Amino acid sequence: MMAVIAAAIVIQRNLFAVVVLGGIYSFLMATALVALDAVDVAMTEASVGAGISTVLLLGALHLVRGDEAKPLGRPWLPLAVSIAVGGVLVYGTLGLPAFSDPEAPIHKHVAPRYINESLKETGVPNVVTAVLASYRGYDTLGETTVVFTAGIGVIALLRQRKRKDRDRR
Amino acid sequence: MSALGHFSYWVTIFLLVAGLFIVIARGNLVKKLIGLSIFQTSVYLLYIAPGKLIGGTAPIVGTGITVYSNPLPHVLILTAIVVGIATLALGLALVVRIRESYGSVEEDEILRAEEAALRDEAT
Amino acid sequence: MRNYLVLRVAAKIVVPFMLLFALYVQFHGDFGPGGGFQAGVILAAAFVFFALIFGLPTTRRLVPDRLVETGIAAGVLVYAGVGFIGLLLGGNYLDYFVLDRDPAHGQHRGIFWVEVGVCLTVSSVMLKIFYMFAGRRRREDDA
Repeated sequence: MMAVIAAAIVIQRNLFAVVVLGGIYSFLMATALVALDAVDVAMTEASVGAGISTVLLLGALHLVRGDEAKPLGRPWLPLAVSIAVGGVLVYGTLGLPAFSDPEAPIHKHVAPRYINESLKETGVPNVVTAVLASYRGYDTLGETTVVFTAGIGVIALLRQRKRKDRDRR
Repeated sequence: MSALGHFSYWVTIFLLVAGLFIVIARGNLVKKLIGLSIFQTSVYLLYIAPGKLIGGTAPIVGTGITVYSNPLPHVLILTAIVVGIATLALGLALVVRIRESYGSVEEDEILRAEEAALRDEAT
Repeated sequence: MRNYLVLRVAAKIVVPFMLLFALYVQFHGDFGPGGGFQAGVILAAAFVFFALIFGLPTTRRLVPDRLVETGIAAGVLVYAGVGFIGLLLGGNYLDYFVLDRDPAHGQHRGIFWVEVGVCLTVSSVMLKIFYMFAGRRRREDDA
């Protein structure tokens, strides 16, 4: 299903339709994430992907407006490159552990410690929150700073022009 | 090594390739950004899918549950989503600025405008 | 969209619940799914929704730019400040065990404040970005 939506996004040239499809895509992704037991992530994806980013894209579309121009050349080269990359990656997956394999390295490293000890050590039943804020506090501080910086960047990019407009008037 | 066992990877790869194709093949900058975010969602799947254990539940400690999916990728992706939207907004802001100075968001038109400007400067 | 009565009434009913839900997600994040990132985004979404129905100027009056910009910086400062408090109390940076006599309580307190910081920053940034995009007028002269 998601593959179909993605394919539709590739084909569709009206950007408005693409944005709406993007919203649907995000909701489907959120559903898939619930199915994969990642409820925290699914919640974020539903609110961010389907909510905020759709609104933002629409806002940006309002500013840049429009339909996409017809691609100039025939897209054979990019298609070939993409398919080649995909092929290599599929070959790569053959060496990876199968889905839901309890012996996979990902379940052997730090995860058991997080799951078994976090309630005792932090008193927070939601392991994701505990890891996010406590064990990986530095990471999250960094991420928050990135969000902060991006916000500042947007302000810096979009504010200056406004002042110029005012001067002209 | 069954086909079923690797299905999640292949979905991921399909999405990744679709995103990659959009980024390479399309000249429209907004479309490119959307392609980039599809690429990004494929990475979310790549991280989350291996953390799932069939029969397990979400990593919220409760009584009588012993199998949880791996919380670590959830944490990483959770923050990645929010950072992703912030950077997407930054990209869109850049696109808006480009549109304002070149009057277009098509890559080739921008390049043409740039070349014309350079030629004007030379003469 | 100001003139659609149904939308206005519906928004008036829904927006408080969205705000409430954001707070629930924020403070219940320890026990169920949720936390600062999600709560921040939902909070911002509530205001964005409000702005879409009642217009940007109304929202800007309600949540002024100055406040939003302060929020952006204050969130990061709260987060970093928690780290420094840990430092002052004789622990490591971002060490929550020293925040209370009982280490688990200290952790709880640390996580709580960190999430508050995250929520502040994320919601303010999202709202600010929305303001910036929505506040610009499309320039027709260069089209």
